[in-house]
Amino acid sequence: MTDTAPTATATAAIETNDLSIYYGSFQAVRDVNLDIQPNRITAIIGPSGCGKSTVLRAFNRMNELIPSVNTTGEVLFRGQNIYKPDVDPVEVRRHIGMVFQKPNPFPKSVYENVAWGARINGFKGNMDELVHSSLQSAALWDEVKDKLDQSGLSLSGGQQQRLCIARAIAVRPDIILMDEPCSALDPIATLRIEELMRDLAKDYTIIIVTHNMQQAARVSDRTAFFSLSEDGKRAGMLMEYGDTKTMFTRPEKKITEDYITGRFG
Amino acid sequence: MTASNLQGRHRLGRVWLVVFQIALVVGIIALCALLFNILNGSFGFVAVEDTVSPESLAVNGVPLEDLDKDALVQILQAHISAGLYARYEFEKPFAERSAGEVYDLILERVIEPRFVAQWSLYETLTNGDAIRQQAAQEFPNARLEFRSWLNSHFLRAPQSSYPEIAGVRTAVLGSLWTISIAVLFAFPVGVAAAVYLQEYAPDNLINRIIQTNINNLAGVPSIIYGILGLAIFVRVLGQFTSGIAFGASDPATANGRTILSAGLTLGVLVLPLIIINAQEAIKAVPNSLRQASFGLGATRWETVWYHVLPNAISGIMTGTILSISRAIGETAPLIVIGASTFIQVDPEGPFSKFTTLPIQIYQWTARPQSVFRNLAGGASLVLLGLLLTMNATAIILRNRYRRSL
Amino acid sequence: MPLTRATEQSLPATSLKRKLRLRELVIQAVLFLCGLFSIFVTVGIIYELGKESMLFFGRTQWERTNKPIVAAISASDVQFEVSNIGAMASPGEVIRLDDELLMLTAVEGSTYFVERGFRDSLPVPHAAETIIYRGVDPSVWEFLTGTSWAPHAGQFGVLPLLNATLMVSGIAILVALPLGLAAAIYLSEYASPKARNTLKPILEVLAGVPTVVYGYFALTFMTPLLRSIFGQDTVQIYNTASAGIVIGILILPLVSTISEDALNAVPRSLREAAYGLGATRLETAVRIVLPAAFSGIAAAVIIAISRAIGETMVVALAAGAGPAFTFNPFQAAETMTGHIVRISGGDLSYDSLDYNSIFAIGLMLFVMTLALNIFSQYIVRRFREVYE
Ligand SMILES: Nc1ncnc2c1ncn2[C@@H]1O[C@H](COP(=O)(O)OP(=O)(O)OP(=O)(O)O)[C@@H](O)[C@H]1O
Ligand SMILES: [Mg+2]
Repeated sequence: MTDTAPTATATAAIETNDLSIYYGSFQAVRDVNLDIQPNRITAIIGPSGCGKSTVLRAFNRMNELIPSVNTTGEVLFRGQNIYKPDVDPVEVRRHIGMVFQKPNPFPKSVYENVAWGARINGFKGNMDELVHSSLQSAALWDEVKDKLDQSGLSLSGGQQQRLCIARAIAVRPDIILMDEPCSALDPIATLRIEELMRDLAKDYTIIIVTHNMQQAARVSDRTAFFSLSEDGKRAGMLMEYGDTKTMFTRPEKKITEDYITGRFG
Repeated sequence: MTASNLQGRHRLGRVWLVVFQIALVVGIIALCALLFNILNGSFGFVAVEDTVSPESLAVNGVPLEDLDKDALVQILQAHISAGLYARYEFEKPFAERSAGEVYDLILERVIEPRFVAQWSLYETLTNGDAIRQQAAQEFPNARLEFRSWLNSHFLRAPQSSYPEIAGVRTAVLGSLWTISIAVLFAFPVGVAAAVYLQEYAPDNLINRIIQTNINNLAGVPSIIYGILGLAIFVRVLGQFTSGIAFGASDPATANGRTILSAGLTLGVLVLPLIIINAQEAIKAVPNSLRQASFGLGATRWETVWYHVLPNAISGIMTGTILSISRAIGETAPLIVIGASTFIQVDPEGPFSKFTTLPIQIYQWTARPQSVFRNLAGGASLVLLGLLLTMNATAIILRNRYRRSL
Repeated sequence: MPLTRATEQSLPATSLKRKLRLRELVIQAVLFLCGLFSIFVTVGIIYELGKESMLFFGRTQWERTNKPIVAAISASDVQFEVSNIGAMASPGEVIRLDDELLMLTAVEGSTYFVERGFRDSLPVPHAAETIIYRGVDPSVWEFLTGTSWAPHAGQFGVLPLLNATLMVSGIAILVALPLGLAAAIYLSEYASPKARNTLKPILEVLAGVPTVVYGYFALTFMTPLLRSIFGQDTVQIYNTASAGIVIGILILPLVSTISEDALNAVPRSLREAAYGLGATRLETAVRIVLPAAFSGIAAAVIIAISRAIGETMVVALAAGAGPAFTFNPFQAAETMTGHIVRISGGDLSYDSLDYNSIFAIGLMLFVMTLALNIFSQYIVRRFREVYE
C-alpha cells in the first residue's frame, strides 16, 4: 500500500475526452472521459470484453496496428491531442511505453533486449550503464548480471516479464502501460512485479489493466472501472473512477460494488 | 443390421484399403522406375574401338598413363598435323598444360576411341555373357568395357558432337550463371514484395489485386515466361541484355539471347514463388514481437529490419532455395528465349551465349542416336545431384539457424 | 509531493509532431514498387501476347501455289495464261508475282484476269515461269476451327495442337486422379502419422524432379514399355499416350497433396458422427469425408489439368514433332507447348510468321490456364467458407 495518499493534481498525465473506439462498425468503447494522474498507478478493471485493453492501447496509439480500428474523441498527453493528424504515433510510443500480457522478449541477448529500444531512439550515452540501471530498476540485475549475452528467451517467465519492463524503462518513457502483466505468472513472480511497480511509481506514471481485484487494491492509487453498456450494444463504458481505497470500500454505484465483491460476471 | 451384412461391409473395407495402398505403391514404383531408368542409361557396357591402340603408344614398356608430360607431348606431336599442334600451342602453350590435359588431347586426337555399341545397365547385369559373345562376334576389333557415363571427364569436358569426349562442363557453368542472375534479381525483389504485402499493405483494392495477381502468376505455365522473356528481354531490351549498350560486346554479332536474358527470365518465373514462400515465413513471425518493437517507439522499417526479417530469414531462405531448385530444372522457357544449341567454350559473363544442364539433357535425349541417351542419363544424374545438394543446403541452413537462435 | 520526472522534465510541446522520416518513405516506396512489379509482369505478358497475336491475325501470309505463269508479261498486261500444274486461286483473292501484288478479278480456264499494282505495289514486268503466291489472311475463326496447322502452307487451324494438348492432359488426369485421390484418402484417413511422414516426402520427391528428366523417362522407359505391351506396330515411337501417362505421374503429387489438405480440413466431428452411427472406416471416408471435401478435390484436379496443359518438356520429347489431328493416343501428335518449343529452338527471326504464331498459341495457352486457375481459386474460396 502506498503511504502518500493520492491528491488531486493540477496536470493530468493523460486526459481523454469522449474517447470512442470502433472495430469496423462495432463500437468497443464509448465516450470515455478520464484523467490519469502523473506518478500514480492507475488500475483499469472490469469484466472481460469491456474494452480495457482497447482503451489502454489507445493511450499510445497501438490500436492502429489493427487495420479495422477507428478512434474518435481526444487523448491528451500533456495537453496535446495525440490523435491530431500531425502527431507521429512513433513519437507517442517513445513517450508512452508498453508491457504486454504475455512476456515477449526479443529472441536476442538480454543485453540487446534492453539496449535496442534506446539505440533506435538515438541514445548516445553509455549503453552499459543504461542497461545496468534499467535492469536494476526492473529488479532483475542480480539475477541476470552473469547472463547478459544469453538469449532473453532462456529466462523464466517472471524474469522475462521483468526484462520487458526493463526494456520499456530503458527508453525513458513518461508513462508505462501494462496490460495484465502478471496473468501469465505464478504468485511469487506476480508479487515481485507488484513490488517493482510500486518502486517504479516514484518515477513513472503507470496504468495497469488487471483482472485481479486484490492486485488492483494492493498496487494502485486510483482505479477505473469499466463495464459493458446495458443497451444491448455491448460497448465498453467507464462506470466509475476514483481513489482505489474509496472505490473498494465505498463504491458509488451498485454495479461497481457487485463487480468488486464478485457478485458479477 | 445382420451380422453377415456387417462382415461384407468390413470385407469391402479391406479390399478398398488394399486399393488405396496400391495407389501409393504405384507412386513409389513410378519414382523407383524414374531413378532406375536414369541409372540404367548412365552405366553399362560399351564396345570401344580405338583408332590407335594405347598399347602401341607405350614407350619402352611404360604404359601411356604413366608417361611423363614431355613424353606425352612428343607422342602427340608425332601423331597430329603440325598445323593442329601449332593451334594447340597457340590456344595454351604446352609448357602451361598439365600432363592430364595432354593425356586428354592424346585420347581425343590420337587414340580416338569410338563407341560402336552400348548396352544398358540392366542388360549388362543380367545378360553379361551374351553381350560379351555378341560384341566379340560383331565388333572383333572392339574391346568391351563397363562404362560409367558419369565420370570426371564428363564433368570437366565441354560439349562435343563426339559422344566419346562430350561433357557437361559448359552446361553446368551456364546453369550456375543463369541461376545466380535469377537469384540476384528475384531474391531482393521477392522479399521486398513479400515484406510490402505482409507488413505495409493496407487492405485496399490495389493490394488485393497485387496479391491475387501473384497467386495467378504462380500458376502461369513456364513456357509463357519464355515467350515474355523473348519479347521483352531478348528483343525490346536487346541493347542491354546483349551488352551492346555497355560496350561489352560486338554490335555486329551480339544479340539478346544471352545468359543475362535467361537469368532474368528465370528470375521473373520464380518471383511469385519466392514472394509466396517469403510471405508464409513472414506470417509465421509472432505478432507479439512486432508489438514489443512498436511499443518501444520503433518505426515500421525498424521493426521489419531488426525483428521481422531476422526471425523470418531461415524460412525465407528455405523457400527461396526450393524455388530456385525449380528454376534450375526449367528448360522450356530457356529454349524459347533461344538457348544456343552448341556451345563449347565456358561462358565468360552475363553477355555470353548460353546453354544449361536441362537444355543439354533435352538436346541429347532428342538426338536419334541412342548413344546420346546415355549422355542424357549421365547429365540427368548431374542435375539431380545438383538439386540434392541445394535441398540439403536448405535443410542444413535451416537447422543451423534454428540452433543459433 | 516528491519531484518526479514527468513534471520536472517537461518536453517541448512540438515533440510529438510528425517528423519527415525520409528513409522510411523511400523504403516504403521501394517496397511498394517491388510489390507492383508483379503487376508489370502480368501486364507485360498480356500486352506482348496480345500485340504479337494481333500481328499474326492482321497480316497477309503468302502461300506458294506452285503454279507458274506461262509467258512473260509486261507491266500493263491485265490478263495472262497460267500453267496447268499447281493449285488454282479463285477470283477475289490477292496473288503475288515477285514483289508485285495483283487482285485476281476473274478466272476463265487457264486465263487469269487481274488488277495490277494492287495495294500500292509497283506494276513491273514478270518473266515466264514466275511462281504465283496466294495471299492468305489468318482469321481468328480459322485459327479456332481449322483442323490443319501448317502456317507456311496457309493453314492456320490450331485444333490439331489443341486436340493433342487436351488428349495428353486427359490421359494425365486419368492417371493422376484415381492414384492421387486414393493416395490422399490413404494418407489422410488410414495412415499412421509415422507412415504419413515417410510416404509424403517420397511423393514430394516426385514433384521435385525436373520435367526434362520426366521427358527422358517418357522417351526411354514409358514408350518402350507401351510398345512392348501393345506392339511395335500399334504404338509409334512418339505418341501422346506415353507423354500423357508420364505427365500423370508428374502431377500426381499435386493432386494428392491438395486433395489431402482438403480431406484434412474436414472437421473431426463429422467423422466421429459417422463412426457413431456405426459406419466403417471406408464408409466414413468415401460417403462422408470425400463428399465434404469435394470442392477442394475439384480444385486440385483443375489445378492439375492446368499444370498438364502447360507442361512442355515431356511432350516436346515424347509426344511427337509435327501437328497431327488424331484421336489415337498411340500416334504422334504435337501439342501447343511442344510446337512452341520446336519452332523456337534455334534462331527465330523477329516478325516472321513463326515468331508471331508462337504468341498466338501462347495467348491461347495463357487464357486457358488462367481461366482454370481462377476457377480453382473460386472453388477453394467457396470451400473455405463452408468450414471456417
Ligand atoms: N482485433 C479486434 N478486432 C475486432 N474486435 C476486437 C478486436 N480486439 C478486441 N475486439 C473486441 O473489442 C471488445 C473489447 O475487447 P478488449 O480486448 O479491449 O477487451 P478486454 O476488456 O481487454 O477483455 P479481456 O479482459 O478479456 O482482455 C470485445 O468485444 C472484443 O471482441
Ligand atoms: Mg484485454
